[in-house]
Order: sequence, then structure tokens, then C-alpha cells
Amino acid sequence: MVTQKVGVGAHYGLRDWLAQRITAVVITLYVALVIVMMFARGGEPVDHAAWHSLFARGWFRVVSFVFLIAVYYHAWVGLRNIFMDYVKPTGVRLLLQTLVICALIGYTGWAIQVLWGIA
Amino acid sequence: MPTAPRPVDRPRPVYLDLFHIRQPIPAIVSILHRVSGALLFLIGIPLGLWALQTSLLSAEGFERVHDAFTSPLAKLVLLVLAWSFFHHLIAGVRHLLADVHIGLDLPAARRSAAIAFVLALLLTLAVGARLW
Repeated sequence: MVTQKVGVGAHYGLRDWLAQRITAVVITLYVALVIVMMFARGGEPVDHAAWHSLFARGWFRVVSFVFLIAVYYHAWVGLRNIFMDYVKPTGVRLLLQTLVICALIGYTGWAIQVLWGIA
Repeated sequence: MPTAPRPVDRPRPVYLDLFHIRQPIPAIVSILHRVSGALLFLIGIPLGLWALQTSLLSAEGFERVHDAFTSPLAKLVLLVLAWSFFHHLIAGVRHLLADVHIGLDLPAARRSAAIAFVLALLLTLAVGARLW
């Protein structure tokens, strides 16, 4: 039987909860934009030239970057929730959270390299 | 900061044998939302960045990404990712609707969970049909 409840936490739950929703909306809008753009091509297959010219546009690079940052933040909140629920030893949880943060920072650099490194 | 333990209003039972609890469909959709999210992080993000980078590099790179997904194993990975994407997106939209109080009563929640589950599978099937 559960007879006691313990209040713990740093009380940033609401901020993370809200960030999870806002980033989810940004991600969904980007997916919708890409689907609309694909339909606008009228079923014409995407080749390298079309693909390259799409990402050569400055606004699409920026929008794609915002999408990727939203994905990373969203992933961080989700993974942290998973770790908090299933990984009980504090040291292991801290290690996993550190690995995820390092990966996401690395992915941010990679995203910049990909989006603004286009010839 | 932990606060001092307080007594609960009524003692609650602990019964968490996952293999004996018959999971209702919203619970199944919920745990799959987590599984699909984890898969998208572990495989989706790095594979997506690699595919984007390589496909933008040159026409040969574009072909290389295309050819990378011709083996049955690679197709299977892509199919799992497609399912993860669809399930996570649809179940996520369902969550957002719940946040604005749409579909909160139990029959509606069960129905929308079933719709999310089936719709993700159907879209995955469509991707599979295109891949093979």
C-alpha cells in the first residue's frame, strides 16, 4: 500500500510541459508545409536539382533549422521523462541525460553544417 | 527540494505487474508513443541528418541515399522509422487535442486511441507497399 507521498522536483514541470506542446506544434506545421510543397509539385518526382534548389533558399534553411531545434528540444523533454520514469539509479540517469544533451548539441552543429554548408 | 512525506487521503494499492494488467487501448497507444519517440531519437535524427547531408552534397550523393535503402534490412529499418514517425505524430496530435479538451470522455478517448493506432499502421503499410 502507498501510505506516504513525497513532493520532489525543481518545479520546472510546467515549463517543460508547455515547451513539449509548442515544439510539437512547430514540428507538425513543418511536416504540413513539406507535405503541401510535395503536393504542389503535382506528383513530379524529386531529383537532386529540385532538392538542392529547395534547400538553397535562405528562408527554407532558416525554417528547417527552427524545425530541427524544435525536434531536439522536444526529444530532450521526452527522453528526460522516460529516464525519470524508468531509470532509478541517480548516477545512471545523470549519465544518460548527459549523453543525450551532448548528442543534441552535436546534432545542432551538424544541422548548421548541413544547412549552411550547401554549395 | 523534497518535502516531508504526507499521508495520502486513502491508502492506494500497488499492483504493477505489467504482464497481468490487461492494458486498455489508450495505454497501448501511450506506451507506443514513448517507444516510437525513443526510436526517432536513436535512429531517426542521426539517419535523417546523414541522409539530408549526403543527398544535398551532389547528384551522386542523392543516388547514394536512394541506393542505401534497397537492401531488405535497410527497408525494414525505414519501415520501423516510418511507423515511429506516423504513430508519434498522430498520437501527439491526439494529445494536443486532449489538451484543448477535445475527446476527453472515456468512449471518445478509446475511439481516438484506436484510430491513431490503426491509422499509423495503415500509413506504414502504404510506405511498405512503395518500398517493396
